[in-house]
Amino acid sequence: MSKVARNQFDVLVIGGGPAGLAAAACSAECGLHVGLVDDNPGLGGQIWRSGCTQAPSEAVRWCERVSAAGAQIFCGTRVFHQSKPGVLLAEGPDDLFELSYRKLVLATGARERFLPFPGWTLPNVVGVGGLQALVKSGLPVAGMRVVVAGSGPLLLAVAAYLRQHGAEIPMICEQASWASLASFGVALLRQPKKVRQGFSLREQLSGIPFVPNCWPAAAKGEKILEEVVISQGTKTKTISCDYLACGFHLVPNSELAVLLGCQVQDDLVQVDDFQQTSIPGVFCAGEPTGIGGLELSLVEGQIAGFVAGGRSAAAQQLFAERKKLHKFARTLDRTFALRGELRNLPLPETIVCRCEDVTLSRIARHGSWRAAKLQTRCGMGPCQARVCGPATRFLFDWSPESVRPPVFPTRFENLSAMTVQPEMEHREVTGGRG
Amino acid sequence: MSATTYDVVIVGAGIVGAACAEQCVRHGMRVGVIDRDVIGGGATAAGMGHIVVMDDSEAQFALTRYSQQLWQQLRPDLPADVEYEQCGTIWVAGDEQEMEEVRRKQIYYRKRGVPTEALDPRALELLEPNLRKGMAGGLLVPEDGVLYPPCAARLILERAQVAGAKVHLGCSVSQIGKGRVRLADGKEFSAAIIVNAAGASASALTPGLTIKKRKGHLAITDRYPGLVRHQLVELGYLKSAHSSSGDSVAFNVQPRRTGQILIGSSRQYGAEHNEVDSHILVRMLQRAQEYMPQLAQMSTLRVWTGFRAATPDKLPLIGSWPGDTTLFLATGHEGLGITTSLATARLLVDQITGRESPIPVEPYLPSRASAEHAYA
Amino acid sequence: MPEQITVTVNGTSIAVPLGATVAVAIVLAGAPCRKSVSGEPRGPLCGMGVCFECRAVVNGQSHCRSCQVVCQPGMEVKTDE
Repeated sequence: MSKVARNQFDVLVIGGGPAGLAAAACSAECGLHVGLVDDNPGLGGQIWRSGCTQAPSEAVRWCERVSAAGAQIFCGTRVFHQSKPGVLLAEGPDDLFELSYRKLVLATGARERFLPFPGWTLPNVVGVGGLQALVKSGLPVAGMRVVVAGSGPLLLAVAAYLRQHGAEIPMICEQASWASLASFGVALLRQPKKVRQGFSLREQLSGIPFVPNCWPAAAKGEKILEEVVISQGTKTKTISCDYLACGFHLVPNSELAVLLGCQVQDDLVQVDDFQQTSIPGVFCAGEPTGIGGLELSLVEGQIAGFVAGGRSAAAQQLFAERKKLHKFARTLDRTFALRGELRNLPLPETIVCRCEDVTLSRIARHGSWRAAKLQTRCGMGPCQARVCGPATRFLFDWSPESVRPPVFPTRFENLSAMTVQPEMEHREVTGGRG
Repeated sequence: MSATTYDVVIVGAGIVGAACAEQCVRHGMRVGVIDRDVIGGGATAAGMGHIVVMDDSEAQFALTRYSQQLWQQLRPDLPADVEYEQCGTIWVAGDEQEMEEVRRKQIYYRKRGVPTEALDPRALELLEPNLRKGMAGGLLVPEDGVLYPPCAARLILERAQVAGAKVHLGCSVSQIGKGRVRLADGKEFSAAIIVNAAGASASALTPGLTIKKRKGHLAITDRYPGLVRHQLVELGYLKSAHSSSGDSVAFNVQPRRTGQILIGSSRQYGAEHNEVDSHILVRMLQRAQEYMPQLAQMSTLRVWTGFRAATPDKLPLIGSWPGDTTLFLATGHEGLGITTSLATARLLVDQITGRESPIPVEPYLPSRASAEHAYA
Repeated sequence: MPEQITVTVNGTSIAVPLGATVAVAIVLAGAPCRKSVSGEPRGPLCGMGVCFECRAVVNGQSHCRSCQVVCQPGMEVKTDE
């Protein structure tokens, strides 16, 4: 039987990336008892994942602030359900946690959007952030050829990172057009820090072809990736490589917010100026409120942390900066919007749901997500449609279904050991103690 | 507004509606099937897909056995995605009292030609090594099976369509009766015969029909092939299914062809919303873990709910609705809808066409009334 | 050279840097992490624990997301063969 560990917090923060670290630090520094929960083995989320490597100094500073302020940290731990308003249930390596809170900050971040194309399931076809995460976790890429493809600012950042670690990058393929990227460049000029980052990236990437209007048409190999066919409209090019790092920008991890009943629109958690969701006392900061990058996540996290800590004035001082960064975030969305040609990439026999090996032709027979799911079992696997959901949304414009617990696969013994209140089933969406 | 005319309009494209459509069309009727959502979107989607003989009553046995035999006849025509497996059921006895029940069932089934095998603790352990130690034994019913209901419903409906039936999905029905079916958008169908196969929603369409929603929960694990070989049901399941009130859980576990383990079962009256009720879920999972400790470490991927259509006397309603010569019912199957769908369709068509049925039909007639249970 | 530890993957000893994940050990061993439902070889995709493609058996426990498990000396990892 699972050991049940009960903890009470003034502020509970879910997600230990930049937004979560900022929220945890700011609320803990107000003198509050704070808990911080993250699924990964260490703090930092994705962008600040350290693994075997040195975390960037900014990340280290935030982590130190969180610890110094006395926050209790739970790594390798993920929330799977709500026991009642004010109590979350989380699964750790050995324990079942019942985490009570007065205020909750959801800083659950984002994940990559994967789109299917022939051969995308071959080993060594990985996400862009995915390959970076693996390299940070000890994967050697020195001397390896890595094609970087897909969409989003992550392509350049990761290409530079891989090159620093000795990888050879034959090409960076961005599906966005020159026009979109040009206006993104103009928007960047308004953000001095980003301009500096941009110039630094240019230096790091000198000599690597960066090709817009370009996407992977197929990955090929016997049992493992051997080469990638790149398409530029009518032209194609075959590049032999060891890895294909491919991801199409980011989608928010809003599942927990949906489970709790927060108002969500187009997958984004709706928040007010104080980062508060539609549920009083429940805040959301960072990517789930809108994909906006590191600086915005930090600002939103600080705002949420200050407000949860009762320091609204300190929060308001960050509003101007947040506004500027929001503008940048909106250009991100526009710039890296997906082009229609990407809908034609998968062939009828291309697998779309990787958990259940459901091909495009089997899924496309159906008129709705629900029908496809029931008939083919796409979306019923362990990833709970985190991969095929955004893909089918893009391919067919299907709406996702509502979220049920467990919001992440959970050990049976933890589900059976939950302490729950019978009145849970009559949860109100509005009101309710946060 | 002009109405589309059919000989038979069936409301509900779940497994019962689909089976009725196929039988009607095979008897030369022009058939229309209407559903507000997708094929098999109600209890058909939510349930366990257990093809099982039950002996709660003679009438229940007759219907389940007849229908099981029809499934066995259909089996060679079932494509792979229906996942029909004749894995058998083992009714698990936790103590000597339940072993008495095993012996009673064995005699009952032997008299009626259903093969069974009584299992002592050793035999049970050989067949199902992952049940907890200390079981008193069980009853193996080898001819029981399992399948994946949404694909079965689709397959049967496709057979009906190939033979000429028309299917209207995504159409909400607001009113049925006297030869007319009206949709929420105002469109109308006219038919000599209307079949209410709307399951847990049947009462909404036929005022006076006493069908209650009986909510259930299920959970499914990741793939652990070989851990469970048969559908395993505790004998206490019968008490749970049989009761007319209150919430109950019972150990009921199924191996899917995928290697995933499907875990049930729970029953609640009066719960109207489809959200997971954590307190009942916990009771159900704890019960399962008592019987099968190995479940503890298994990754559990999903939990969902569904509504069974429950009648006061636990038997379905198959036949003409008193007071409306155009209206027939094929509903109220509680937890046996998948099993009894095929026989339900046969009995229904027999009544429409005035034929004799191979089993007595009186127990299922909507016109049945007794001192305790009135239907009309 | 960062400190190295040893784990076994399908019976073979693999040296990995301290702090490396099991997914990395599996890739270094030249094995796919798992076989898909239809028998395809699969390796890590998302690197962050949400795609479940990197599942492997770690010290007897099935369905571990190997990209989220840090290697410990002597860990035994098995992949679908």
